[in-house]
Amino acid sequence: MLGVTVSSGVFVLVGAVFLACAVEMVEALTIVLAVGHTRGWRSATEGTIVALVALAALVAAFGPALVSVPLNVLRLIVGGVLLIFGMQWLRKSILRSSGLKAKHDEDEIYKETVAELSAAPTSTGRDRLAFVMAFKGVFLEGLEVVITVLTLGTSAHRLGLAVVTAGVAIVAVGVVGIIVAQQLSSVPENAMKMAVGILLVSYGTFWTGEGLKVHWPGGDTMLPGLVGIYVVITFLYVTWLRSSNPRQISEVSV
Amino acid sequence: MKQPSLPIRLLKGFAMFWWDFLVGDTPEIFVAVVLIIGVVSLVSVSGHAHSAGAAVLTVLAVLALGASVWRANRAVKK
Repeated sequence: MLGVTVSSGVFVLVGAVFLACAVEMVEALTIVLAVGHTRGWRSATEGTIVALVALAALVAAFGPALVSVPLNVLRLIVGGVLLIFGMQWLRKSILRSSGLKAKHDEDEIYKETVAELSAAPTSTGRDRLAFVMAFKGVFLEGLEVVITVLTLGTSAHRLGLAVVTAGVAIVAVGVVGIIVAQQLSSVPENAMKMAVGILLVSYGTFWTGEGLKVHWPGGDTMLPGLVGIYVVITFLYVTWLRSSNPRQISEVSV
Repeated sequence: MKQPSLPIRLLKGFAMFWWDFLVGDTPEIFVAVVLIIGVVSLVSVSGHAHSAGAAVLTVLAVLALGASVWRANRAVKK
């Protein structure tokens, strides 16, 4: 029984961290590849390294501090943040699936970034624009990875597992991205985002409840149950939106 | 005009990040989550069965998501 409980919680944790980190890595890599191909790799690499160092410093500063916060308070704060963050992701995914919002297209983002960078004047030596673009892309997307890993990892008392999972996701997407270069659009990002949204909202609901000392029927086994509830709810909301906007859907799908 | 000092700019950037992260273009989700926490706290404090809190929390979260989706749908129709 305990084995089943632990493995279901671990499965949800690993799934949430892996998918969230993979999605953010795809977005960061798209920007870095666009900067590197357009303005040269030196400044793109420097911007990426400085952003990674800044992120590592943030983890080193806030990681131990989070562990010292009382567990109920931590779970309530983490639950609230994950609930907000997860609902934002899930809302966007529902709107994309129902055709009310354009799907995230890495090819389009790559082209837009290349066009923006190509229009700017080039400079000899260190390219400030390329450095800043690469830094911002990696730092902002990385910050979301850091928040996801720290919040999920510390509240589940499995920070080490969350960090390792994030590392595997980042390396996996990085290797694939470098091998296939500009083929990041082939990653099923929209489907992954919907899965991440469902997992984050499930975790957010669960930890908020734990922080408020509510009693979950079945204890930790309720976590996969919440995932199931939100899968059904997501399907119902998408179906409702599609049926209430047939014209918009047909225009999008043309 | 004099530019603010580096610590002020960093502090401002940090605050802006959290504002965009938590509120952004969906303030209704932020407000809903704060209200959900308040309501479930009251249910727990008032001595009702804690399992009722679990049901209230889940139902309110589902309704909050629905309200935000409905708001976006209404904006598209306008």
